[in-house]
Amino acid sequence: MRSLVIACFFALFSVQVMAASGEVHLDHVEIDITDKASLQRGAQTFVNYCLSCHEAAFMRYNRMAKDLGLTDDQVKENLMFASDKIGDTMTVAMRPEDAEKWFGVTPPDLSVIARARGTDWLYTYLRTFYLDESRPMGTNNVAFKDVGMPHVLWEQQGYLAKNEDGELVQATEGKLSQHEYNVMVHDLVNFLAYISEPSKLERMDLAKWVLLYLIIFFLVAYPLKKAFWRDVH
Amino acid sequence: MSSFMNWLDARFPASKMWKEHLSEYYAPKNFNFWYFFGSLALLVLVLQIVTGIFLTMNYKPDADLAFASVEYIMRDVQWGWLIRYMHSTGASAFFVVVYLHMFRGLIYGSYKQPRELVWIFGMLIYLTLMAEAFMGYLLPWGQMSYWGAQVIISLFGAIPVVGEQLALWIRGDFVVADATLNRFFAFHVIALPLVLLGLVVAHIIALHEVGSNNPDGVEIKKNKDASGKPVDGIPFHPYYTVKDIVGVVVFLFIFALVLFYAPEGGGWFLEKDNFVPADPLKTPEHIVPLWYFTPFYAILRAVPDKLMGVLAMGGAIVFLFLLPWLDRSPVKSIRYRGPYFKIALVLFIISFLALGYLGTQPATAIYTMAARVFSVIYFAFFIFMPIYTKLDKDKPVPERVTFQ
Repeated sequence: MRSLVIACFFALFSVQVMAASGEVHLDHVEIDITDKASLQRGAQTFVNYCLSCHEAAFMRYNRMAKDLGLTDDQVKENLMFASDKIGDTMTVAMRPEDAEKWFGVTPPDLSVIARARGTDWLYTYLRTFYLDESRPMGTNNVAFKDVGMPHVLWEQQGYLAKNEDGELVQATEGKLSQHEYNVMVHDLVNFLAYISEPSKLERMDLAKWVLLYLIIFFLVAYPLKKAFWRDVH
Repeated sequence: MSSFMNWLDARFPASKMWKEHLSEYYAPKNFNFWYFFGSLALLVLVLQIVTGIFLTMNYKPDADLAFASVEYIMRDVQWGWLIRYMHSTGASAFFVVVYLHMFRGLIYGSYKQPRELVWIFGMLIYLTLMAEAFMGYLLPWGQMSYWGAQVIISLFGAIPVVGEQLALWIRGDFVVADATLNRFFAFHVIALPLVLLGLVVAHIIALHEVGSNNPDGVEIKKNKDASGKPVDGIPFHPYYTVKDIVGVVVFLFIFALVLFYAPEGGGWFLEKDNFVPADPLKTPEHIVPLWYFTPFYAILRAVPDKLMGVLAMGGAIVFLFLLPWLDRSPVKSIRYRGPYFKIALVLFIISFLALGYLGTQPATAIYTMAARVFSVIYFAFFIFMPIYTKLDKDKPVPERVTFQ
């Protein structure tokens, strides 16, 4: 009997665990890394709000300048800290041990976060912080339960809260309308998608030429085979 | 030119080898679609070696540097992204091609007498390839690299008495760590490629000794003309070289489509979790081996006991080695086989694919049950083969190959 009770307890527990790790509905976001205006706005947001704690230690400023259609000087003046050089990667001065003390975890490097998490997840995550008294930072997140990161973009979005049905409702107003905030996050996610694989722009460009070459190659190779095989009976 | 060739031939069998293996190697004229995959496997091998050399120039086999060095290749090395994607896509392409090549052997009985050794060398290549892929996957040092290796190496721990010591010896540390990465790198770039190349040479020499099988399973050497050439044979060069070039172009087209438009292969070739650096303190929720291992992984998980699971997984591969001796039918090709073998083969292929799918899924009760059923079918295909192939109602095999 006792073992049965224990078994039931664990069964209940495991169901809860499954529910916790279960699928969160993700909002879809259209990614277009050729949209330079969007990437530039995303870069601005990234540098102003993310790059104080998170690094993108594999991403170089001058690579970003080139791909986003900016000059090195534009990047230096608007998107960089004075102490950094244009060929540097996007690192932060915060020491990992301090970060761990302040947030409980070291904020992860964001260079390839869009490939690890997926863009829909990022788009949902950045828009679903809500007030939660039980958390040290006062906020929790729908996509990332009990996340250590505070709601950095609260000034723009305002604060959301969960009502009795568990739905997110606006608790305090932000500077941006809901639509404007969505656009801001969209641009940011677009930028994260870009830095996760800057070579994707090159890859997409090269693809059609390689395929065209192979089609031409086929148009030579196939008749050649036919010609050689004419005398096989 | 000819005086140079004479000079060379007096010292090295260049012309002799050219004749033996290409211009006077007689291959059956009725090769079909399935016969492209041998030469394609060779192509992918060369591709992997060449791209691998260039990756080695920039990769750092060090637990602190490995992940970053891969991203360095992807961003800062000229054409690095292309070389890396060729290598990562090439790994999956290798298995696609090799599985289709093995399937060809299965349907046309290419493992049967006198080609048993061709099959054995081929199976050894397959085994080495699995080790090569497994060790290569540790190198990017992402979460899946790390935890995949952790799970697979821990399987050795299931061996009684020496298991734990053996696992420790393989890892070189109590968990997968820098020492493991370094030795896997050594195996991946030196030891296993050498073995692979040696086996490929043995595979081809054995093949050229006995001659190629064909979709009819008819021995072309039985019908020779006055000059001693098989009447149904054509010289490999130029006939099959020009034909294989067409196959190569079509293959490269598909390869390029994946490489340029979907290098992650929808998460099957490059797993999402592998874009998170390895963290020995954080186990991913769901550890999935790469797709080409999943049938065997499903068999492993289907067995409740760990040691028995490991043995079953090993057995699944050992049985493949025994194929030439399990098959008692006098007929090679599926074209002239009776219904029993055809049904058994269809069930086998279905269960292999189903196990492959199940290996990617979480082991829920229903999935585990399904994996057990398919594992039983997988083994039944081999265990009952001597019986059903003997009892089968095979059709008469023609004297000559069929050619339109």
